[in-house]
Amino acid sequence: MRMRHNKEIFINGYRHGIPIGLGYFAVAFSLGIAAREYGFSAAQGFLASLVTYASAGQYMGFALYATNATLIELIILTFIINARYILMGFALNQRMPEGTPLRTRLLVSSCITDEIFGITIARPGVPTPFYTFGALIAAVPLWALGTALGISMGNILPARVVSALSVALFGMFIAVIVPPSRKDRAIGIAVLTSFAFSYAFANLPLVSELSEGNRTIILTIAISALFAALMPRTNKDISTDAADSGDGGAK
Amino acid sequence: MKSNIYVYIFVMALATWFMRVAASLVMKKPITNRFFQSFLYYVPYVTLAVMTFPAIIDATQSPLAGAAALIVGITAAWFGAGLFQVASFCCLTVLVLELFLC
Repeated sequence: MRMRHNKEIFINGYRHGIPIGLGYFAVAFSLGIAAREYGFSAAQGFLASLVTYASAGQYMGFALYATNATLIELIILTFIINARYILMGFALNQRMPEGTPLRTRLLVSSCITDEIFGITIARPGVPTPFYTFGALIAAVPLWALGTALGISMGNILPARVVSALSVALFGMFIAVIVPPSRKDRAIGIAVLTSFAFSYAFANLPLVSELSEGNRTIILTIAISALFAALMPRTNKDISTDAADSGDGGAK
Repeated sequence: MKSNIYVYIFVMALATWFMRVAASLVMKKPITNRFFQSFLYYVPYVTLAVMTFPAIIDATQSPLAGAAALIVGITAAWFGAGLFQVASFCCLTVLVLELFLC
């Protein structure tokens, strides 16, 4: 019974991973076009995407390779550009009760990408590796395939189609953040504030020179801290969260 | 000297993975501190919002098409469209608008 339940959760994750994978495919295609310039073969790009599955981080990694950066530089910059994953890891672990085995925590966290994190956190209940791996197994091969195809035939798709596909990923982000914004006004205000500051940071002098990954981490910490101070969760909210996470994620 | 490309890929993957699992290595139970709980409650939505805008406008050939996709996406999600539907609506919006704009 338990195994059957887990299989269903896995299939559920797989289904949710497919639209993510399609979005990845489009984005990976443009990553592949860049990777080709940086001297990666289709097979190397495929491998890199399969094992790394990190969009901005990979783009930077490819560029660093082309500029003969040292491995130390690569490690430090990878840490910085992917620092948001640490926060996402904390948010997922926060949902796991005391006594959750380390391997479960590691397995769930190993699946973190922006989108898989998004659908996992949007799903009620305790995060389970069956769900996250279902999504990962659906999405990552398409990410790798898109990269390889971008490298080998980046110029085959018309610019119009690439342009349209490139918003797929953002569409998924929107689908994750809007329903909770409607449900909880505090999230809605936080989202609008994030839009405003993100726009400002992308355009103001000095801060706009930070990489996109760095702007994301700085703004995430600052805005989340601001809202935690101004609109903290009440005891009632928190006990509702606990009730949510008690159902084992049956939905 | 240029590193071997496979060593390079391996190091990139490992460093990325370490960021993913770092929190799991130090966190044994949910944090009860009110501020930290509230902070983590907002993190996912703030991160995704920051990454969506204004990036969606820069992603398309015409910024106007990207902006329209954002509005269409928000409207569709508000009225209950799912992940795949919202993503499709956004893509279609750009495809159709850029027929006229580009």
